Amino acid sequence: MELKTTVYQKENNIKIGKLLNESLNDIFSSRFLAKQLAIRDIKAQYRQSYLGIIWAFLTPLTTALVWVILSKSGTVVLSDTGVPYPVYVFSGTLLWSIMTDSINAPMQNTSAARGILSKINFPKEALILSGIYKLISNSLIKIALLFIFLIVYGVGFHSSILLFPLAFLGIIFFGTTVGLFVTPIGMLYQDVGKIISMGLSFLMYATPVVYVIPKTGILKTLMEANPLTPLLLTTRNLLFGHDIDYLNYYFGVMIVCIPLFFIGLVFYRISIPIIVERMSA
Amino acid sequence: MMEEKEILVKVEHLSKKFCKDLKTSLWYGVKDLFNNVLGNQNENEALRPKEFWAVKDINFELRRGECLGLIGHNGAGKSTLLKILNGLINPDQGKVTIKGRIGALIELGAGFNPILSGRENIYNNGAVLGFSKIEIDSKVEEIIDFAEIREFIDMPVQNYSSGMKVRLGFAVAAQMKPDVLIIDEVLAVGDLGFVLKCFNTIDTILPETAIIFVSHAMPMISRICSQIILMEHGCSEFQGNDVAKAIDLYYNRFAQNESNVVFDDGNLAIKKVEILNAEFENNIPQLKWGDDLLVYFNILVKNQISTLDFIIIVNDKEQRSIGILDRNLDAIECAPKGESIEFKVMHEQLQFSKGLYSLSLVVRDRATKRPILRVNNLITFQISHQYEIWEPFLLKSTFQKTNI
Repeated sequence: MELKTTVYQKENNIKIGKLLNESLNDIFSSRFLAKQLAIRDIKAQYRQSYLGIIWAFLTPLTTALVWVILSKSGTVVLSDTGVPYPVYVFSGTLLWSIMTDSINAPMQNTSAARGILSKINFPKEALILSGIYKLISNSLIKIALLFIFLIVYGVGFHSSILLFPLAFLGIIFFGTTVGLFVTPIGMLYQDVGKIISMGLSFLMYATPVVYVIPKTGILKTLMEANPLTPLLLTTRNLLFGHDIDYLNYYFGVMIVCIPLFFIGLVFYRISIPIIVERMSA
Repeated sequence: MMEEKEILVKVEHLSKKFCKDLKTSLWYGVKDLFNNVLGNQNENEALRPKEFWAVKDINFELRRGECLGLIGHNGAGKSTLLKILNGLINPDQGKVTIKGRIGALIELGAGFNPILSGRENIYNNGAVLGFSKIEIDSKVEEIIDFAEIREFIDMPVQNYSSGMKVRLGFAVAAQMKPDVLIIDEVLAVGDLGFVLKCFNTIDTILPETAIIFVSHAMPMISRICSQIILMEHGCSEFQGNDVAKAIDLYYNRFAQNESNVVFDDGNLAIKKVEILNAEFENNIPQLKWGDDLLVYFNILVKNQISTLDFIIIVNDKEQRSIGILDRNLDAIECAPKGESIEFKVMHEQLQFSKGLYSLSLVVRDRATKRPILRVNNLITFQISHQYEIWEPFLLKSTFQKTNI
């Protein structure tokens, strides 16, 4: 039997094709590991808590509640959203939380695996894949809650909702792509994580999460330029059965994301040994 | 003539740089990251400011069935070398070629989650080590039995003792059938029974495996290694098949001549201890194997006390006591205050093997057994002989041919 030969040496010329091929192979072969890691984390997450599942949607729910109160009490006057405001704002914050979770997931999971990264050689792509599994599992709960809101507030279901799962996966795909690029530097410098979380909390107000895009003004320009806007709007409009306004921009973002995702995978793969070398003994 | 087995590990001119300063190190990390991504080839050779060679120019070949021992003091570069061999970090220079499946016992129980039960963690750990679900399903009972913790297998791992975690971790890892096995100092935590079990497992897989073994426990090294590298400051200080010689060199690095007083009730003080029949080399008394050992003691009496027992213990280089000189049967009376007790002790025909030994002295009151003075490492001496053996005794023997 021919034995597999492994060579470790300083790589002087990067062959993107070869690396990508290895990366995709590792993703495929690490399905069980990824699933196991995801199950491990989800189990552990709920075993040490009574509220368990509730924490998954408590934050977006409270943010939404604040805005419902602000708007109901007349403190803030918001333009019409086309659906009952509570549904609009709940769907916005829930989808937004899925978006931020998916941007943060690669870095969070890689960071949580520091201990084994520096000790065991395993397919690192499993961390990304298990992150996606966890995102989907946590999001399903949020989406179930969202559906309840649709029924309660009489928005109901439209046929366009059949496309919603695709759009939902689109959000995770976009977030993971961004996350892949952020992770390597973020593992070296903690500033990166802080900048991301601060940036995202600002960016939420430049995205139609809790209010619609204004008719005029600087905020309109800003929101329309923001690539998160078409992502969020398209997903939400599919849910409500509304017309989709920024379809071209949406497909543009998705098409750019596809090559970026693969480059991100290669970048991640190259960076892991460097991160392991620099982070702990 | 036995056919040589195939080479599984080949290491050529392997070197690795590390940085002493964290901020600089992180910055180099960013630079390396972009250099690697862009495929730049510059600054391969030179050290950048604040860098040093953690591993420098290591070469070796290892065949199936051989075991390489890596020894050296803490920080000599052993673990860094293992990390490169395991593919966790990339070398800065040189090349590693490994054939076959690589298994690493660098950390046992990787991927354990403390809240989950032992049984659940078998699956986590197994998955990290590259097993499939079916493989683990079929081996889970065997693993539990091997670890001998069936009673606690459904208890959260956070309530396990460190020994139990290591047991479970090793039991999972032992299911690997690697061609190349890398073992870092991981087996030290278990109790004796488990350590023996681990070594039995390693013995069984050794003929089919090339093992690279790091340990500070020389008995373990001498037990399984067929070749050895003694590392110091990242470089190979000694390399070869003479395991005993390497171990001897390793011990000489720690040779200490300072005696330390462990117990002193203030009544006696050592004035002089001397090996009378020794020659000196590097300030260490030298004796040949088979010589007599003649030691002279001069002990000052600060307060007069009763009859004394003198117990003289021989320690080897690992500070294990390996022998004791026969007690003084004739009572030695304590001298008056301010004077000295003087005596000589003779041991005939030393059979210690080549190496460094030291003597410790315990003085007790003969009647009450009360300790009066204990000094460790009182005097060090070296035995010379042509054989380098690791065992502490080279016992005189003759072989006779018989016809049965």
